[in-house]
Amino acid sequence: MTASIIQNIFNALQWGSFYSLIALGYTLVYGVLLLINFAHGDIFMVGAYISFFVATFLLGGYAFGPPFGLPGWMVLGLTIPLTMILTSVVGVTLERVAYRPLRRKGANRLYVVITALMCGIILENGNLAILGASRKSYPELVDKVVYTFGSITVTNLKIGVILSSILVFAILQFIITKTKIGMAMRAISYDKFAVPLMGIPIDTIIVFTFVLGSSLAGFAGILFALSYPVLDPFMGALIGWKAFIAAVVGGIGDIRGAFLGGFLLGFVEIGVVAFFPSTYRDLIAFTILLIILCIKPTGLFGVAKTTKV
Amino acid sequence: MKRLHLPVIAFLSVFFMSVLCFGQTIKIGFNIPLTGDIPKVGEESKFAAEMLKEEINANGGLLVEGKRYKLQFIYEDNESKAESAVTAALKLIERDKVLAIVGPNSSKQAVPGGQVCDDNRTPMISPWSTNPDTTKDRPWVFRAAFLDPFQGPVAVDFASKEFNAKKAAVLFALANDYSKGLAEIFRDDFEKKNGADSIVSYESYGDKDQDFSAQLTKIIAAKPDFIFLPNNYNEVALIVKQAHDLGWKGPFMGSDAWGNSELMTLCGDDCKGLFFSTHYAAAGATGATKEFIDRYKAKYGYQPADVAALTWDAARIVLQGIQASGKVTGKLKKVRESLRDAIAGISEFNGITGKMRFDDQGDPIKCAVVVKISDQGEFVFTESVCP
Repeated sequence: MTASIIQNIFNALQWGSFYSLIALGYTLVYGVLLLINFAHGDIFMVGAYISFFVATFLLGGYAFGPPFGLPGWMVLGLTIPLTMILTSVVGVTLERVAYRPLRRKGANRLYVVITALMCGIILENGNLAILGASRKSYPELVDKVVYTFGSITVTNLKIGVILSSILVFAILQFIITKTKIGMAMRAISYDKFAVPLMGIPIDTIIVFTFVLGSSLAGFAGILFALSYPVLDPFMGALIGWKAFIAAVVGGIGDIRGAFLGGFLLGFVEIGVVAFFPSTYRDLIAFTILLIILCIKPTGLFGVAKTTKV
Repeated sequence: MKRLHLPVIAFLSVFFMSVLCFGQTIKIGFNIPLTGDIPKVGEESKFAAEMLKEEINANGGLLVEGKRYKLQFIYEDNESKAESAVTAALKLIERDKVLAIVGPNSSKQAVPGGQVCDDNRTPMISPWSTNPDTTKDRPWVFRAAFLDPFQGPVAVDFASKEFNAKKAAVLFALANDYSKGLAEIFRDDFEKKNGADSIVSYESYGDKDQDFSAQLTKIIAAKPDFIFLPNNYNEVALIVKQAHDLGWKGPFMGSDAWGNSELMTLCGDDCKGLFFSTHYAAAGATGATKEFIDRYKAKYGYQPADVAALTWDAARIVLQGIQASGKVTGKLKKVRESLRDAIAGISEFNGITGKMRFDDQGDPIKCAVVVKISDQGEFVFTESVCP
């Protein structure tokens, strides 16, 4: 019994890591722009696909690949930064093409949210149209090692995922609270109209926010593809929605909230399956989240504001 | 008035032209998943049908009552969704006015799709659906595959013999009629043969799930002799890998939804050595089956899975029905009716997935095979079970 509880804690930590990483992206954009970027789950999907192409390219899977063979760890080391850069380009493009024109025209935030939803659908179906419906099998970049302690088994990948999500959170927390650009981000979320008067370039800060959020989604995409190596164009939709719920439960706009909310959702989902019949998983899991929101409508770390979407 | 005339004239002229052009064709609709969860299934269905069409049209068309008719196949995508299968079936019946529909493939779509065809009195034959509800009390619906009440016990008996299994665990997809139905049949049969508590773990997961670690942890803690996975190939790849990550070293047993050419690309080494029950074994086939496999391989570059062979058989059953009824022109309602009677009246059909005949529910009586995934990733014949 204890063994399976510890095993499930590891399962929940891994699964919660993905929710956390995606929820962080939601919450960053919301914190700065008060915009729910519903395309974020699909940016995560795009990130997974980009990392697939980058990794296959570096492994020499294409005719125009590098002339020298690279070992798996080096491929992974190159794939991570490349994917994060390329995914953030996608995120920034969305901001430039879809969100900024609406913001300039002073459109109500509601319209921007709907635009984000549409962008998500465009990304999904664009992928479907370009790459076709068949799934991609992600190459194995890391030699999987299974460690067994008694009846508990963890893989090196699982530990890697958990550690890197904690590391990413620590870096992000540092950027937000300790750097100048982080301070500017917090300032914009506090008062969007006074900040430009202080000489802070608001568009640059917004672009930076999208770069951060999207590269996080790209990073989550790599980790996800490594752990669940079957990619399809709609893989980001459901996990994106659930991560958004995690961000709301944690208190949207606060990165500590998103981080803990992600793990909370992971623990609730895995815990329900572990102790109840798995048929009721989503029913019980989301009832628990609903109760949390009923007691604390602004989420765990949220601050009550007069206007919300 | 003038504005009204133009579209009416245009419409009428197109209508008459199409009657002139396609007067000598036979239209058959295909309601298949070209996108969605299992696109490879749709692709193989389409390719097999195209091959059949080309072969017959190259000979001048289908010979009915001494006259040759060209075949026209219309492919409608059902996105592997129940609601889209219904729309696709309606489109084929009402807009395209097809004689009969082949498909949908999986039971998730074939059960609602069958209802539409039965209500609209159009013959339908599902190549791949194994859930009993697809044809149950629906005189207009047929199928080319065996049924889950037959497949379930095949898996039970094989596992009991091969793995010496006394305890089993099941992991199935809750939102999938096929997976859920087969899991229940398997559970009931296994418990009947091995005692009431022999299913030590009976777990499910939802649509689009990618993490099965909690369910698998529970299953592994229950220490079954093997795990039964009546799931689609894309989920199988993830489940088997995650089970191995969690330290599971025992065997798996699968069902006919595993038999897809994409299984090995997605699953790789993890799936080697596993068994599943299916409709035909591609490796080591003989006769007409081998001829079909060779032609398909030459044309499309990979080995066809069971769904391609079953689509081939299903389409040929329809064609044989058309030839037997002898009616192609005339009132569509009457033609469809005589086609239905003709298919129901086929006494024995010699298909590439085996000999079959239809019982009064429109279900074929035919054999199942159990295959093993070899180290080369081929599905190798292990044994054949006949009713």
